[in-house]
Amino acid sequence: MNFQAVVFFTFAAVLVLSALRVITARNPVHAALFLVLSFASAAGLWLLLHAEFLAITLILVYVGAVMVLFLFVIMMLDINVDRLREGFWNILPVALPVAVLLLGVMGATLMGPYFGLSLRPPPPEVAEGYSNTRAIGMVLYTEYLYPFELAAVILLVAIVAAIALTLRARKNTRSIDPAVQVAATREGRVRLVSMRSEPKGVSAPPPDAGQDEPPQQK
Amino acid sequence: MIIPIPDLAPAATELFLLAAACTVLLIDLFIRDERRWITQVLAQLVLAGCAVILIATASSGTAFTFSVMFIDDPLADALKLMIIVAVSMLLVYSRRYLADRGMYRGEFFTLTLFSVLGMMVMVSANHFITLYLGLELLSLSLYAMIALQRDSAVATEAAMKYFILGALASGMLLYGMSMVYGATGTLQIGDIAAMIARGEGSRTVLVFGLVFIVAGLGFKLGVVPFHMWVPDVYHGAPTAVTLLISSAPKIAAFAFFMRILGEALGGLAADWRSMLVVMAVLSLALGNIAAIAQTNLKRMLAYSSISHMGFLLLGFLAGNAFGFAAAMFYVAVYVLMNLGTFGMILLLARSGFEADQLDDYRGLARRAPWQAFLMLLLMFSMAGLPPMVGFYAKLTVLSAVVDIGLVWLAVFAVMMSLVGAFYYLRIVKLMYFDEPVDTVPFTATADARVLMTMNGLAVLALGLLPQPLMAWCLLAIERSM
Repeated sequence: MNFQAVVFFTFAAVLVLSALRVITARNPVHAALFLVLSFASAAGLWLLLHAEFLAITLILVYVGAVMVLFLFVIMMLDINVDRLREGFWNILPVALPVAVLLLGVMGATLMGPYFGLSLRPPPPEVAEGYSNTRAIGMVLYTEYLYPFELAAVILLVAIVAAIALTLRARKNTRSIDPAVQVAATREGRVRLVSMRSEPKGVSAPPPDAGQDEPPQQK
Repeated sequence: MIIPIPDLAPAATELFLLAAACTVLLIDLFIRDERRWITQVLAQLVLAGCAVILIATASSGTAFTFSVMFIDDPLADALKLMIIVAVSMLLVYSRRYLADRGMYRGEFFTLTLFSVLGMMVMVSANHFITLYLGLELLSLSLYAMIALQRDSAVATEAAMKYFILGALASGMLLYGMSMVYGATGTLQIGDIAAMIARGEGSRTVLVFGLVFIVAGLGFKLGVVPFHMWVPDVYHGAPTAVTLLISSAPKIAAFAFFMRILGEALGGLAADWRSMLVVMAVLSLALGNIAAIAQTNLKRMLAYSSISHMGFLLLGFLAGNAFGFAAAMFYVAVYVLMNLGTFGMILLLARSGFEADQLDDYRGLARRAPWQAFLMLLLMFSMAGLPPMVGFYAKLTVLSAVVDIGLVWLAVFAVMMSLVGAFYYLRIVKLMYFDEPVDTVPFTATADARVLMTMNGLAVLALGLLPQPLMAWCLLAIERSM
């Protein structure tokens, strides 16, 4: 067993175990953190396959951005895990045989003779000065231009959908409309009132007298 | 280095639609709420423009572009035309319904246009990645449109269910695709077909991937045992969005089946045929029997759509040009009937009244005799009674099944559609023989009434003269295979 195999099996074991913990962890925050761990191990596996750019992107985008946002959302929502798990034991007698059967079939196919190292040899050693990023960039903007643009359209739709679903004018909002603010005139703000002057010597009104007549507002 | 610019001509319709949808999105920002009809007119004009470009650039040959990821063949042109017609009819039907419910907003129209773009991308895809991206573009627009009625808890629940089950189905589809990639080393549809024809790639791995692909497709089409989302989503979504989900995307799903199973994995027909037989039998049985128990028309039509998709699979599993053409004819006819039926729900609905209970249709013949007659035509067609087009569609599909020797399957399908005739005819009975409970006069806009009349009469006219449409489907399939 060479060094590469040791690294592979270490990452693979961590990946499988942490993926298992994602669905079995009681605390949703722990589940999200295990997902981070499984992403990191997957990135390690990609590094073994000489896919450096993809591995680093996985760390930067998924671990660095997506999962952090995910954690924020989980912490903001008060998720009652025990309520979500209600009925788990009722469906288990049906779900377990299906899962075991599926696992058996998948194991027979994937661990059989169809995916061995002889059929899929490790990637060839690359020349000095080879850049994985450059190689991906070359095909991404030429051969895969059409899917690349489609992905951009999907992001646009996601933005439109997110805004359409969340933007709403609240009735009790205290936000200010700048157009109304600019259009204000002096007459609208200040009202000149002619008052009879008070005779000298009369004491000032009690301080709570103002409550009967709230100050006039425009 | 010089990067060659791909040939844009075959994708002219998609490029126009993308540019126009973005323009409508921008223009809509400057339109006040009371002039929102401008957005609708623009959306209709965009769809009309797409149809014009499509017809002007249609050719009988096959053209590839974008590194052979995009295919423009007669099948794609025909299906795209159907999608455009279906969506523009939907926009006419749903105008007042949306206005009554505060959903008459620009996002509805822009998301509709983007979903049309997604469907077109699916129809014209020649690569698993573009197929998947088109599907996601369509699905994402639909999820958002269901949830657009934010104050309705039912609609939000429907959107959530559709979103989660849709994501699960996408995962299955992608897993299956990755297995096919593992076995063949390519994602190009033509290359995969060529490799399978040469006997390269492990057959076990291919079939293993095929199982997941068929499961994912079954989810998207809504056939048993992957149908759980259909009744809840059809029922919970605002009727205008239900109409969108149940019409044009079925055409795109047919294209998806054609491209993946018919073209790429055509060499594995013996393997996917048995899976489709199981799915078709279960859909026909469950769809027709469960629909009887429904009291909500939208839910009933959801189960009816499950059984219709079972019929679609019957034509498809024949696996030859006639079977594919029969399935294409069936999906076109189903979309036409479905537009009429859901369109009628939209026309009868008014502010605070959904018109989606079966009891709402009691005595419709006295309140609105002409609309009741059109509904009668549509129900007869859905049930498959001659001389409506639904009868001919079922007949073509069944003859395709008999041609490959599966007579028992055809007999079973006929028995199940007899069961199904019960709940369609029950609506006719409610409309003509019961006393009206609802006395509010029928008020629909003139454009929707005219379109509904054309829609209902088209079901009758196509039933009397089905040959041109069938010949068109057959020609499109034969020229593209």
